[in-house]
Parts: sequence; structure tokens; C-alpha cells
Amino acid sequence: MTQFLIRRIFWAIFLFFVATIITYLIFWVIPADPAKLAAGRGATMQDVARVRHFLHLDKPIWWQYWFFVKNLVWHQSLGRSFVNRQTVRYTIAQDAPVTASLVFGAAIFWLSVSIPIGVLSALRPRSVLDRLSMTFVLIGISAHPVWIGLILSYVFGYKLHLTPIAGYCNFFPGTPGAQCEGPVQWAYHMILPWITFMVLFTALYVRLIRANVMETMNEDYVRTARAKGASPQRVMIQHVLRNSLLPVVTILGMDLGLALGGAVFTESIFNLPGLGHEVINAYNADDLPMITGIVVFSTICVIVFNFIVDVTYGFLDPRIRPT
Amino acid sequence: MATLEVTDLSTSFRTDDGIVKAVSGVSFSLDAGQTLGVVGESGSGKSVTFLTVMGLVDPRSAQVGGSVLLDGEQMLGLDKDRMRQIRGARIGMIFQDPMTSLNPVKTIGWQLEEAVLIHQDVTRKEARRQAIEILKEVEIPRAEARVEQYPHQFSGGMRQRVMIAMALINNPEILIADEPTTALDVTTQAQILRLMNRLQEEHKMAIVMITHDLGVVAEVADDVIVMYGGKVVEQANVRDLFSGAEMPYTWGLLGSLPRLNSAGGRLEQIPGQPPSLLRPPSGCPFHPRCEYVMNACRTDLPELRVSQHGEEHFFRCHLDDETRNRVWTAKRAAMLSEDAA
Repeated sequence: MTQFLIRRIFWAIFLFFVATIITYLIFWVIPADPAKLAAGRGATMQDVARVRHFLHLDKPIWWQYWFFVKNLVWHQSLGRSFVNRQTVRYTIAQDAPVTASLVFGAAIFWLSVSIPIGVLSALRPRSVLDRLSMTFVLIGISAHPVWIGLILSYVFGYKLHLTPIAGYCNFFPGTPGAQCEGPVQWAYHMILPWITFMVLFTALYVRLIRANVMETMNEDYVRTARAKGASPQRVMIQHVLRNSLLPVVTILGMDLGLALGGAVFTESIFNLPGLGHEVINAYNADDLPMITGIVVFSTICVIVFNFIVDVTYGFLDPRIRPT
Repeated sequence: MATLEVTDLSTSFRTDDGIVKAVSGVSFSLDAGQTLGVVGESGSGKSVTFLTVMGLVDPRSAQVGGSVLLDGEQMLGLDKDRMRQIRGARIGMIFQDPMTSLNPVKTIGWQLEEAVLIHQDVTRKEARRQAIEILKEVEIPRAEARVEQYPHQFSGGMRQRVMIAMALINNPEILIADEPTTALDVTTQAQILRLMNRLQEEHKMAIVMITHDLGVVAEVADDVIVMYGGKVVEQANVRDLFSGAEMPYTWGLLGSLPRLNSAGGRLEQIPGQPPSLLRPPSGCPFHPRCEYVMNACRTDLPELRVSQHGEEHFFRCHLDDETRNRVWTAKRAAMLSEDAA
């Protein structure tokens, strides 16, 4: 097990380097002149040259990358925004909890909805429930989150006044200048974003779980279990679910990692100050350190979640666990 | 009283394309300590017959008729709970592919214990003791250590031993083995058959050996039924079948056995494909492939009739006794001379 963990950790570190090198190359090498962007409009040639020296842009590219990695690893620093001179780390620390609230909250909802519906549809294919859920799946996959979000916000927020139209409240009270705070307000403001965000994933997961359960029910070992005299409940829980939910763990890990990188559409519609929202702003302002920082952060999220999935999988599936 | 008495069993499935008559009019009986060989091609209904006996066909799509008596008790139409008490306790079943028949994420010990705990009111510790004991009985070395292992840590032959152990752990009266050696290599096949033989003597149980391999039948069976297109086409004890086969399909099966001394050349084969069960041929199901086909074969299904060789030998064929005698005597002579060469 230790060997397995060590191998996985080395793999994660390797992935981190590959991903950051690519990100770094794309965002720092391709644009015309980062120094000009950083110096701002109306800067003289001398200003730009000073900025270039200050940002080490006059050094070779490998040196710049090394400097970037060193800052990231030793000082956990991702540099400063060109726009507001805040550190990128501070901004990410502000935004990440918002995105995490959205993603993890929605994940709890989509799992608790899609597992039972997926299993029941698989048990009774072509039943009324199965047909209804497959219709929902089709709509959920086809409808764009922007459309869903706007409709929900218009109907429940604007027309019925059941929920806020947009905005975010901190979970933990005590932020100076906050208009609202606390778990209740937080959840109240998150309901529509959660629903908007979960629709697509619920649809995908219902379809995935239904297919996996149906496939597993045809496995030879399920027939063996029935030939032993096991009850339908026992067959379902001990033999079918355990095996058919294994791939769901993998996909959930990847989806969570990806989604943390920014739920761009949902955050934009509901004006949630999360990472997706931030990255759009940074893009519009050519704020390169911010874009790089958020991309690197999402990369790290994906790597970390994949690592967690690998380790969990090792515990769940004996075929992968080394002996 | 026979341990298992099946009369006029039929199973059909509703599918999108229509009704599939997988099994019709199958009758046989099986006594304690006896082995029944069930032979036929894929799709002949041999597996479905015994999945029906086990109550393992999907009740939503399957239509079952006839009678299945286990020690005189009617099993067809039993409610699900009673049926579950019989499955795995009084009738055990093993399947063709040992590589996929065990749950990959549970230990061997857990899966054996599950079989005990479903049917016996004992502690997990006692179940574990029984699991180790039965693994020793099926000749798995280091049973105490191996119960902790997972199926992927076992070879194919070892997994089939585990399957046998699991089917026998509650001491059933009948073991149904659905092509238990098909997926194994030849030396392992022989070991598994010998093991089953020994266990049969020790446990005094009846065995149903479903196979398409007449070599296996010759080795283990007392009685044989030959199935074709969901029907029994010949039924006899094993000696009578090999010495006095009565109908063309059985002749074809016997002729297609590989022989040690045959002087090269191709194996004899039965031309054509097994019949579609969705749109079965009229009359005798074998008539499109039969080289002795007559007009009557195309319109009428021959009745199961008693053979001239003995009271316990039945077959379906329109050919008259004289022709059948002549053809079979010639075929048999050819086979024997090949063996002797």
C-alpha cells in the first residue's frame, strides 16, 4: 500500500509540472508583450523596460518558469494582479470558498437524486419512472445552464419572490461590510445556483448509473448470487451496487476537480464572486498573472482530486490494490 | 421416488420480435447419486431448462409450464421466498465461466460465508469454519490463507473449485453444472471432473451435467438427454446412446467427435445452423439440416417413441426402423474401424 501511495504521489507531482509548464508557456510566451500589459496604458518606453526587468521578463524563459515554480513552491505565491496589485493568492483564497460552496453543495444534491433514480430506472426499464427520468436526462443534457439559470431566477426570484435573484452571502459571519451572512442566508442564496449547476450533472449521472446498474445486473456473479438463494435486496446492495458505483467514484472525482476550476456560467448568472467569475474578469482585463494563477489552481484541484480518486479506488477495488 | 422429476416442462420468452419457445415438452427424472448428461448445441434450450428448474428465469418475460417435482414437492409456481430457500440449499448450481462467476470485489471467504449465512442460522465464525472446511474438500491448498484472497488471485481451475465449494457448502441433493469445464484447459477439465465424481460419491448427490461435449458425457453420465431446438430428441442411458443412437442429429454429434486415430482430414460436421427459436422450422426442428429428410419431416413433429433397443430409450424420428438400423450400423462400423486403425 505504501509503495502504491508513493507511486501515486510521484505521478501527481509529475502531472503538476507538465500542466504548469504548458500553462506557463501558453499564457506567458504567446501574448505579444506581458511587460506592456503590466505597465498599463500610457507608459513610456522606460517604464515598460523597468517593468520588464522588475518582472524578470528580460530573463530566458526556462529561468522565468523556474522563478515561477520556486515562488509557488517556497512562498506559495502566484504573483500579483496587473489590475489591482492584490496578490493572486489572496484573490483565489477569497473566491475558492464560493466556488466550493457551489460545487460541493450541488454535488451532494445531484448524487442524492441521481443514485436512487438511476437504480430504480435500471430495475424497471421502460416503466413510467424510467421513461420520465430518461426524458429529464435528455432535457438536462440539452438545456444550457445559462438558460436554466435565467429561467429559474426569473420565475422563482423575480416573479414568485421565493428566492433571491442573484448574489452571495458568506457561510461564516464576521466579514466586514457584508450585506448578509450566516449559514441560513448562505443556503438561501445558493438554492438556485445549486439547482442550475446540478441539472446537467444529475442528467449525466442518472444515465451513467442506470447503464452501470443494468450492465452489472447481467454479470455472471449476480446470477451466482441469485443461485445461492440471496434475496433481491441482498443481491442489489452487496453485489450490484458495490460494483456498479465503482466507476461513478472515478467520474465524480474528475468532475469535482474540473468544476472547482470555475463554474463559469452559473457564477456569472447569479453574480457569485467565485473563480469562474474572476477568470472572466481577468480575461477581459488581460490580467495575465490572475489567469495563470486560476488555471494553475484548477490544475492542482484536478490533480489532487484524481489522487484522492486513485487512493479511494485502491481501497474499494481489490483488483487495483497491490498485495 | 426420484429426487428430481420433470414433466412436460416448457419455457418461452416474450421479446420485442415475438415469442421465443426456448424449451418445450421436456421430461426426465433423476435419482440420488445419478448423473444426467444434457447434450446439445448453443441455443438448444439445455441451459434454459435448468435455469427454469432453479427459478432463475425472469418472471416478467418468461412463461413457464409443466411440472418440476423435488422429492415429490412441486417447485413451479412456488412463491419467491420458498424458492430462495431451495436455491443454494437443496439445489446448487455452477456455471460455465469461473472467471466471471465470482464477485470481483468480495473475498472468497466472504462469498462462501454468504452462502452459509443465507441458509443456516449460524455465526459468522462458524460460517468461516465451514468455508475453510469445504475449500479443503475441493482440494484447494492453504485454505486458511486463501479465504482472505480475492477471485483475481485464483486461477481458472481454482475458481471453478471455489464455485463447486460454494454450490456444495449447504450439502444440496442436486448439483446442476452448466458446462463447468468448457472454459478450462484440458488437464484442468479432467481434474474438475474427477473432483466432481469424488464429491458425488461422498455426498450421495445427483448431478446434472450440461455440456456440448460428448466426451464429458461418456465419462461421467449415467443417463443422457440430447436436446435440439428446445426439445428432447433422444433420451437413453449412456451405453445405449453410444451403442445404439437412434436419430440423425445424435449420429451427427457422435460423428463429429474428434478421434485419436483418424488419418488426418477434416472433422465430420453437421451442416447448417441451429434453428431459430423465434421462427422455428415446421415439423421436425432438425429437418433443414438432416440428410435423410422426408416429406413427413417438413410437416409433422415426430413423437418421442420407445427404441427397439430398450424400454428406457426414447427418440424422435420419422425414419423407419430398418433404415435407421442400416444407416447406424454402417456409421458405427466406420467409426469403430477408424478407432481400431
